[in-house]
Formats: sequence, structure tokens, C-alpha cells
Amino acid sequence: MKAIKLSFLAVAIVFVWFAQNHFDPYAVSILNNIAIFAILALSYNLINGVAGQFSLEPNGFVAIGAYVTALFLIPAETKLDMFALEDPTPFVLAMHTSFLPALIMSGVVASVLAFILSIPVFRVRGDYLAIVTLGFGFIIRIFAMNQPTMTNGALGLNDIPDNANLYWTGFTMIVTFVIMLNIIYSKYGRAMKAVRDDEDAATAMGINTFWIKTYAFMTSAFFEGVGGGLMASLLTTIAPDQFTFLLTFQLLIIIVLGGLGSMSGTILGAILVMGGTEWLRFLDQNMDIFGYNTGAHPGLRMVVFSILLVILMLFARRGLFGNKELTDIFRRNK
Amino acid sequence: MVLELQNITMQFGGVVAIDNLSFGVEAGQIYGLIGPNGAGKTTLFNIVTGNYIQTKGKVKFNHEELSGLKPNMIVQRGIARTFQNIRLFKSMSVLDNVLIGFHNQANYTYFESILRLPRYFLYEKKLKNDAMEILERFGIAKYANTNASSLSYGNQRKVEIARALATNPKLLLLDEPAAGMNPNETEDLSQIIKNIKDEYGLTILLIEHDMKFVNNMCDKVLVLDYGEEIFEGKPSEAIVDEKVVAAYLGDFKHA
Amino acid sequence: MLKVKNLEVYYGVIAAVRGIDFEVKEGEIISLIGANGAGKTSTLGALLNSIKRKGEIVFGGYDTKNHKTHTLVQKGLALVPEGRRVFINLSVEENLRMGAFNNDENYEHLKDEMYKLFPRIEEKKAQMAGTLSGGEQQMLAIARALMSEPKLLMLDEPSLGLAPKIVGEVFETITRLRDEGITILLVEQNAYAALNISDRAYVLENGQIAMSGDAKELIGDDTIRQKYLGG
Repeated sequence: MKAIKLSFLAVAIVFVWFAQNHFDPYAVSILNNIAIFAILALSYNLINGVAGQFSLEPNGFVAIGAYVTALFLIPAETKLDMFALEDPTPFVLAMHTSFLPALIMSGVVASVLAFILSIPVFRVRGDYLAIVTLGFGFIIRIFAMNQPTMTNGALGLNDIPDNANLYWTGFTMIVTFVIMLNIIYSKYGRAMKAVRDDEDAATAMGINTFWIKTYAFMTSAFFEGVGGGLMASLLTTIAPDQFTFLLTFQLLIIIVLGGLGSMSGTILGAILVMGGTEWLRFLDQNMDIFGYNTGAHPGLRMVVFSILLVILMLFARRGLFGNKELTDIFRRNK
Repeated sequence: MVLELQNITMQFGGVVAIDNLSFGVEAGQIYGLIGPNGAGKTTLFNIVTGNYIQTKGKVKFNHEELSGLKPNMIVQRGIARTFQNIRLFKSMSVLDNVLIGFHNQANYTYFESILRLPRYFLYEKKLKNDAMEILERFGIAKYANTNASSLSYGNQRKVEIARALATNPKLLLLDEPAAGMNPNETEDLSQIIKNIKDEYGLTILLIEHDMKFVNNMCDKVLVLDYGEEIFEGKPSEAIVDEKVVAAYLGDFKHA
Repeated sequence: MLKVKNLEVYYGVIAAVRGIDFEVKEGEIISLIGANGAGKTSTLGALLNSIKRKGEIVFGGYDTKNHKTHTLVQKGLALVPEGRRVFINLSVEENLRMGAFNNDENYEHLKDEMYKLFPRIEEKKAQMAGTLSGGEQQMLAIARALMSEPKLLMLDEPSLGLAPKIVGEVFETITRLRDEGITILLVEQNAYAALNISDRAYVLENGQIAMSGDAKELIGDDTIRQKYLGG
């Protein structure tokens, strides 16, 4: 068992190294995209799939992560040049660190905000989390639009140092994956699943369900923040409009396709969704089918992609992996 | 007295579900709570476990007042329960169901589990052994890695009791443990309950309609009707008590 | 009235019912008894075509193979499910109305009949069904099933979780319904009570019929006594 896990890990690490050094830039950019969305979806799956708390938060925390990292990375002079609407506040101007601490700060800020949201939301039963987190996403976007001294408003932030590469995104994805599995196969992960299955029964086992849900939510937020930071540095430019509900929706597709509660499924889901939409790009362009020119149909790939998704879901109603992990499948065949 | 209820009154809106009820359960007893459907038996369980907060009165466990404690705190004090309509964690294996009962005995932090520090391995190994031991005691160890929801009804009941035992209780509340079982399965279950009671030094409070089971198991019964006590004493006396027959047993000898 | 031949029910690869034959004649009370997991509830599900099954089921002269559950209810089959399953957020009267979903023209008349049969639920007709006690919910579940004017009424564990007195009342009601001309198929864990009111019974074990015959004789049978009546 341990040997299988370690060899998986080794293959993943070697692949990341190989791809960064030998793949063409287009392939690397797709892999980057897959890795970032995998990080976001893995963390989203913890609160939504494992702990069963239906939440719509990722776009908010990703936005926070992106802005925090961007502000930490951009040097003071560049900030002064860039902030066109109003001058940045002295605090924003003073923020400056290297990449790793910036990413960690992104995670911490997102996670602290998650804790603050947890207090009202998890004290009461019911699906308030979805509504509150949906609202939270809007608030963050509106905040980013209307605080030009901190975020440069609707203009967004440009010239973010491009520290991120496939090493950063790939390894962060691997680390996130391992941490998520470590949580799932511990008493905390079991308690999260117990809360998902039957909260009253979980309480009757002596579990403080408030803290379990809060742990899951804070952990999700942390890695969404980190993922946002990576995204900012990869794109080098961010604006409030990037972090709409559509981002959350994309992640929701990934985790439902991969299987709610399955981290291995989430990785596969991220590869299929992010890689698939990219691979189908040819559909948007002019095509010659037996000498007949179809003309360009922008958007056709999304139609085809959606149909493929529907078909996939018909065959695997509970997602490709259900709520199992790759390791569970090996275990069963033993 | 392990458990003492003093002048408990419970109102839902204007409806009085339990009316000024007092009773006590002594250490090592199997105490039965019987009465017609809707008499307030499960409500009483929910008050003891902290799921409901009584309108009036006190609940004392080992002389400590429980009122105001959250349900999970009460479990940690040593009161565990099962549910009327079996409530296992359906997506999880039998072993994991029992391991959840050990949640508060796994003494490692969130960060220790993320970083897989030594204490994680230490406790996971120990608790897995303990859990398997409990499953063996119930004769269901061979289902440890089976999904809990695919077990037969009788075995699901056993898992539920095993899971409750894992929380290391001193007082066990069983809500209709024999419901939906035939006489043979009931017999098997009573034997297990008696065994674990002795081995773990438990006190048991149970709700049950199967009078044969009650008669055979309980040292003492309390008969409730419309939230009021109509009888307390030996089960053999209860079944011939006029009031109990009129309110609860009826003239029918079906059950 | 109902003839079942070589009925099989599978969940994936696991067989719940492995080829059983039985028959219910008009005006009878027939019991299916057996341990948990013997295949009793699966058999009822198969009769209503609410789960996949193989084998032949003839109800009132029709092969039910190509019928959907709701058309079988219209043809006169009704089920009182295990655990009652009343619509807890609907009032008692609304529950009855749901029972008469395909039988609206007779609703008023049947409703009065039900209230006559179960005076206790008339007292609570405006209450949410979830607020009724277990016994009252069982009465309501039976009344709801009767609203479709079934020819064959199937009851799954009607005594589950009920006080002894109520169990007695429920079984009395079942006998009375039979006397009024409704055929009854009863699935019970409480074998003694079931056999007591039944004409004939089938004993299920591991999805097969282990024994069948006259109910009074089965009560006297030694193996039955040992296995299902507790000595």
C-alpha cells in the first residue's frame, strides 16, 4: 500500500519536473491551469463533498488570495505608478515579501475570514452556508471595485511579478492533495463525513460539530486563498471581474464530475474539465468536413463539452469516483 | 443514583409533553421506560442527552447537573445513546462508524493529522484495535470493511450499539433496540446487552414495546402515559397493574 | 386474485428473493413472515413493480409485467409501507386526499368512511400528520391506502414500534377490513400476531419459501415456534 502511494507521488513529481523543462509553453500553460483549478477544487471538495456543507464560496476566497499575493509581490514604486484612481494607502504600499510568504498570507487571510463567517453560519442548522457564501462572493467583488486605495478599483492590478511556474502550481497541487487525504483519513476527516451523513448522530458520538465544520471551511478557504495567489502571479494581472460566480460554478462541475468527497476524482475532474475545454477548441474554428467548410462557430465547443458532461454524468451518477479514493480501489482488489 | 431526574416538565408550544416527572436510575440497573406511543419517552431521552432543554426541572448524572450542557459535552461526561430508527453513518464502513465513537479518545490535533506526526499513528493504531475488539464482541468483526448501510437490519442495530459503546459511556440509552426484530434476533440481542453491561460496568435506560424483552431484561420499569408516571416498579408487577393494562397493554395478547 | 410464479429480485449481484411462488385468494388474509433480510419487503416492492424483478405476477387476471407502479395502484393494489411514511408536513385530511389521488369522485364519501373506521384521526384531521403519535400515524397510513379503494391491501410491518395495545387495535382493524371484503397481504416480524389473524402464511428464509400452509397449523409447528415465535 505504502509503496503504491509513494510511487504515485514520485511519478507526479517527476512529471512536473519533466513538463516544466521539456513541454512547449502552450502545454505548460494548460498544465498550470489544470493544477490551479485542481488546488481550488480539492479544497472546495473538502467543505462541499467531505463535510457535506453546501457552500458557494470559492470565488470570494480566490479573489482575496489573488489580491493579497499581488499586493505583497508588486514593488512599492510600481504600485505608485499603477494606482491611477487614488493613491494606495501607506499600509498597502509597505506590503512586500517574497512569493512563498505572500502565498501563505493569502491562505491565512482567507482562512481567518472563513472563521468569522463560520461563527454565525455554523451555530445554526440548515443551508445558510450557501446563501451566506454566495453573498460573501458578491461583497468581496464589490469591495474590490470600490476600494481604489487598496485594490485600484475596477482597473485591477497589473504587472504582478510572474514568480509562478509549473513547479509552484504542480507542487502546491501535490501538497494540497496529500494534505486533503491526510485529513480525510484522520479522526477529523471521519468526523466531517459523519456530519455529512447525519449531524445528530455525529453529535451523539460526542463530536463538536461546530468545530468540525469550521475546520473544514477554514482549510478550504486557506487553499483557495493560496490557489488565488498562484493564479495572480501566473496571470500577472487581476481584476474584480475575474472572480464572479462563474468561477465557483466551474469548480462545482469539477467536483461533481470527479465525485463529491473524492480527492482523486477531483484531480481527474480538473484534468477533464480544464483539459477538455482546451482540447475541444478546434470546434470553434473553421473546419473542413469532407470538403464542406463549416465556418467558425465560437461557443460550439462549450455546447459539445456540456453534452459530453451530461453523458458522463448519466453513466456515473455519483461522479467518476463516487466518494472513493484511488487507494480505496487498490485496497478492494487486494 | 447514576441518573436522577427531578421534576422534569417539557412543553412544546402549549402542549405539555412531560409533566413534573421525577425518577432515578441506580448504578448497574437496566431500567425500562414504557408507555403508549406519544407518551413522552423519546422526549425524555432527548432531554437527558441535551437535544431538548426541559422547561422545568433538573437532570443529574453522577450528582452533577447536566442542564445547559451541549449534547456532545454530555456524551463526553459518559452518556451514550442509540436511535429509534437506526442512524448509522451510511456512506462509511462499519469500522469507521465505530471509530467515530472513539473521536474524543483520539488524542491528536488537526495539525498532527495533516503532518502525520507520531501521535497520529499511535492513536489510530490503538483505536483501530479497540474498535475491532468491540466488533468482535458483537460478532460482526467480519463486516469491519463493509459499508454500514449494506448490513442486515439486526446487524445494523449491533453496529449502532457498538458505536455508542466506543464513546466509553457509563450510562447507555437504548431507544427501542428490539424494534423490527423477530423473537430469535431479540433473544440474541438481549444476551449481548446483558454481556456488555457486565463487562463495561454499564447502567442502561431503555425504551421498548416488546414486553417479553422488557420483562426479561429490566430490573425496574417506569410506565408513562401522556407525560405522567402511572407506574414504577418491577416489570412483572407492571403487566398485571390495572392502569398499565388499560393505558398501554390492552386486553390483546398479540405482542 | 394474486398469483406469483418464480419471483426473483436482485440488488446488483445480491439476490434478495430467489424464485418464490405464492398465491393470495379473494377474501383471505395471507402473511409473509421471516427474519430481517429474508426478502419480505423486496417481495412487496416487486409486486408493485417499484423495484426490478423477474418472474410472473398475475393480479386480478392481468400480467402486471408492463405496468408502472401508479397504474397498479389504480388497478387495485395498495401498500401501507414499513415505517408508515405518512406525509408529515401535510394535514391528516390532506394525507387522505393524496390517497384518493386517482379516485377524486369518491373522496368525500370515502373520507367519511375512514373517519368512521378510525374516529381517532377524525379528531385530529386538521393537524399535521407529523404531530400524530405512532399509532395514529399507522391508522392514517392504512386509511390513506384505503382511499384508493384497493382490492388487495398490502401492509409492511404494521406493528413496528407500536405499543402492545395499539398493535392489538391495528390487527383488529385488519380483520375487520377483511370482513368488509378487502383481501390482505401482511408482512410481519411479529409472527405470532400475524399468524393469529391469518388464513394462510408463507415463511421466507434467505429469499426462498421455507414453509407454507394453514396459519393455525403453522402456529403449532415446532420449527416455527422455535424460529419465529421464541420458543
